[in-house]
Amino acid sequence: MVSGGVLCAIGLVAVIGPWISPNEYLTADFNNILRSPAFADGHVFGTDDLGRDLFVRTMMGVQVTFAVAIVASIVSLVIGVLYGATAGFVGGRVDAVMMRLVDTLYAMPFIFFVILLLVVFERNFLLIFVAIGAINWLDMARIVRGQTLSLREREFVQAAQLLGVSTPKIILRHIAPNLIGVVIVYVTLTIPQAILIESFLSFLGLGVQEPQTSLGKLVNDGTDQMEGAAWLLLIPATLLAVILLCFNFLGDGMRDLFDSRRSE
Amino acid sequence: MSLLEVRDLSIRYGDTAVVSSLSFSVSDGESVGLVGESGSGKTQTALAIMGLLPGNAIVGGSIAFDGREIVDAAERQLDRLRAERIGMVFQDPMQALNPYIPIGKQLRRVLLRHGISDGRKADQRVMHMLDRVGLPDPARQFRAYAHQLSGGMRQRVMIASALIADPDLLIADEPTTALDVTVQAQILELLERIREETALLLITHDLGIIAGHCERLLVIDNGRLAEEGPTRKLFSEPQSAHTRKLIDAAPRLDGVTRPAPAPAERVLETEAVSVSYAERRAELHAVLDLDLQLMAGETVAVVGESGSGKSSFVRAVLGLIPMRAGRVTFLGKDIAGPAKARAVEIRRDLQLVFQDPAGSLNPQLRIESIIAEPLSVHAPELDARGRQERVAEALQRVGLDEQLLTRFPHQLSGGQAQRAAIARALIVNPKVLVCDEAVAALDGSVRAQILDLLRREQEATGLAIVFISHDLAVVRSISHRVMVLYLGRLVELADCAAMFARPRHPYTRALLDAVPVPDPVSPGGKLSLGGEMPSIINPPPGCAFHPRCRFALPRCRTEPPRARQVGDARVACHRAEELEL
Repeated sequence: MVSGGVLCAIGLVAVIGPWISPNEYLTADFNNILRSPAFADGHVFGTDDLGRDLFVRTMMGVQVTFAVAIVASIVSLVIGVLYGATAGFVGGRVDAVMMRLVDTLYAMPFIFFVILLLVVFERNFLLIFVAIGAINWLDMARIVRGQTLSLREREFVQAAQLLGVSTPKIILRHIAPNLIGVVIVYVTLTIPQAILIESFLSFLGLGVQEPQTSLGKLVNDGTDQMEGAAWLLLIPATLLAVILLCFNFLGDGMRDLFDSRRSE
Repeated sequence: MSLLEVRDLSIRYGDTAVVSSLSFSVSDGESVGLVGESGSGKTQTALAIMGLLPGNAIVGGSIAFDGREIVDAAERQLDRLRAERIGMVFQDPMQALNPYIPIGKQLRRVLLRHGISDGRKADQRVMHMLDRVGLPDPARQFRAYAHQLSGGMRQRVMIASALIADPDLLIADEPTTALDVTVQAQILELLERIREETALLLITHDLGIIAGHCERLLVIDNGRLAEEGPTRKLFSEPQSAHTRKLIDAAPRLDGVTRPAPAPAERVLETEAVSVSYAERRAELHAVLDLDLQLMAGETVAVVGESGSGKSSFVRAVLGLIPMRAGRVTFLGKDIAGPAKARAVEIRRDLQLVFQDPAGSLNPQLRIESIIAEPLSVHAPELDARGRQERVAEALQRVGLDEQLLTRFPHQLSGGQAQRAAIARALIVNPKVLVCDEAVAALDGSVRAQILDLLRREQEATGLAIVFISHDLAVVRSISHRVMVLYLGRLVELADCAAMFARPRHPYTRALLDAVPVPDPVSPGGKLSLGGEMPSIINPPPGCAFHPRCRFALPRCRTEPPRARQVGDARVACHRAEELEL
């Protein structure tokens, strides 16, 4: 629960910070290129090689990173759980067709897929979310399907079937809630993965575009200046690490919260 | 001096005491029974003796084995003690055996690791031990994996592994609870033979088992010793109320059977129902040509060992699994086919209660939502108030407290959970209730309460019950008629009283003999049936029962018997008329 608080605090600062800070993320301050962190002139985290305020840029990055993480995991959660649970529960031919579709998508090279999306549609912030979500739900669907196959044989599901509860209702009411333990754990693995994919895409120039930024991109930029201006690497990297760690702890906490057996 | 001396033993987890000030002893070569209901601390005591309690257990008092202290002993000493002096048999042999290692190798490890014998000698000893516990063809079974053996054979292997180092004390924790009655009789007979060489501490909740196999009894209640004494004396003059309660709750074969129900309309009828599975080229018959008529207000028990097809039969009738052939008629309407295709009213009228109460309740829902769920399908017109009233009424019928409504299933005891499962089935007022081993997982006294609940419900509402069980003693107190199955085929169908007084089929007789009776003078649990039920993959030709039948004739090997009326029973045996069983 501490980690939830830390995440909220980081998120809050990320939203409010740039707003109250005297500096703009775009404005280059040519008098203060590569300034080390100091409170005096408002460049709390220092400036980068173009003289832009690192604090504001980092907070921008956190915003983007949070957005990517949350949207991507929600996309993969909703699609993956419903898709996997349906395939696993209905079974038979439906299952076979649905899972072969997943296999086919799996076989597509990810980068190729992203480039394709970027070419067909305009370069677009939303597209990154879609691309990452579209990759992650495949894993989620497979895991959920496997769990559903074993849940389907459980007696409480048979009891519901016998009572005449409809299939969508069984999936929503009896299957999905019992998947939560596995799903939450998997989502906490997905979030760091999504963040990493995003920074990787940004690095390739396929993701977030200058002058916008993300934590991953800041870390990449920071590596270039590692020797002269270590803070450019250390500050975003530490923040990224803290965020990832917090998501992991949060995952543990959430699993306990949702599992009725442990919430006593 | 006694072999095992437990003095003032207490086991706590945090603030919860599971065993308190328990003292007893076991002498060399003695057989002692430790009896109690689930949660009374029996298994914890056994684990403490083995030094196997988890790290967060707080143990007080003393356990001395042959003069040596076990509480607080070093792990290495315990290891040796466990390997050479004390053997233990657990309830579930599938979980106690490593599925990846052939059983012979598993047994050999103990010998090699502790330097008891080496190489070829160890192999020979393992083989000899497997032979002694009655495993056919030990040389072949040496290389078998746990999953290739039947439940009874696995338990034999467990016993062999417990005995391999020739221990002085064997602790058997519910060694037969997971087994069929006939196999149980075989295992108990094996333990009886072993007793000549080692002391035995037999832990069980079943007084029937203990009556015939232990010299002395310890009854524990809530972690405390309720009573101790020689078996016969304890049964004839129990001193503590708890012992009396246990004895009264144990099902017997000599109690009164229920009077025949008043004639009523026929609610459910099956004709020549067959269930089969396609396996490669062959067709495996799990159920073959079963007929059954069920009247309102009547209980018919379906009895057989595991693998007899009793569950497959009722599940096919309920439409949960596909039927290969046959007709199912409900109140004159043909309803054969999957449950999904049936009209909502028919699905409402046929309800099922499962064996494992915890497994049949969704762990993520509160009891109230679980019990109310059928209403959302069968009475969608009800508003929240109406639903609450119906739930409250159902609760009252099954004798559950309203406070439990906001709990989750895992917060209920086994008996409470089963009552909730019955409430869910009864809330829609069905005409037929199928109970699939509904009391098998419950303690004696709780079982008696649930059976009583079913009887009262039936008398009040004219409910028809199909009661599946492997335990003839339980069946006797609840059913009007009994149907015995073997390998998916009908063996005998008769009125309950008639069948218990005069079984017509050798298999029925064997099942009756195998039931352990809580009476030390004539304890039952006799071994009159060797071997195990064959698999449906390879059913014997002719009468399916002939390989295990003492009365088999050459004709039985070739010609399957047809079910026919003999006296007041319907029997499938060539010799039903002439045999005096």
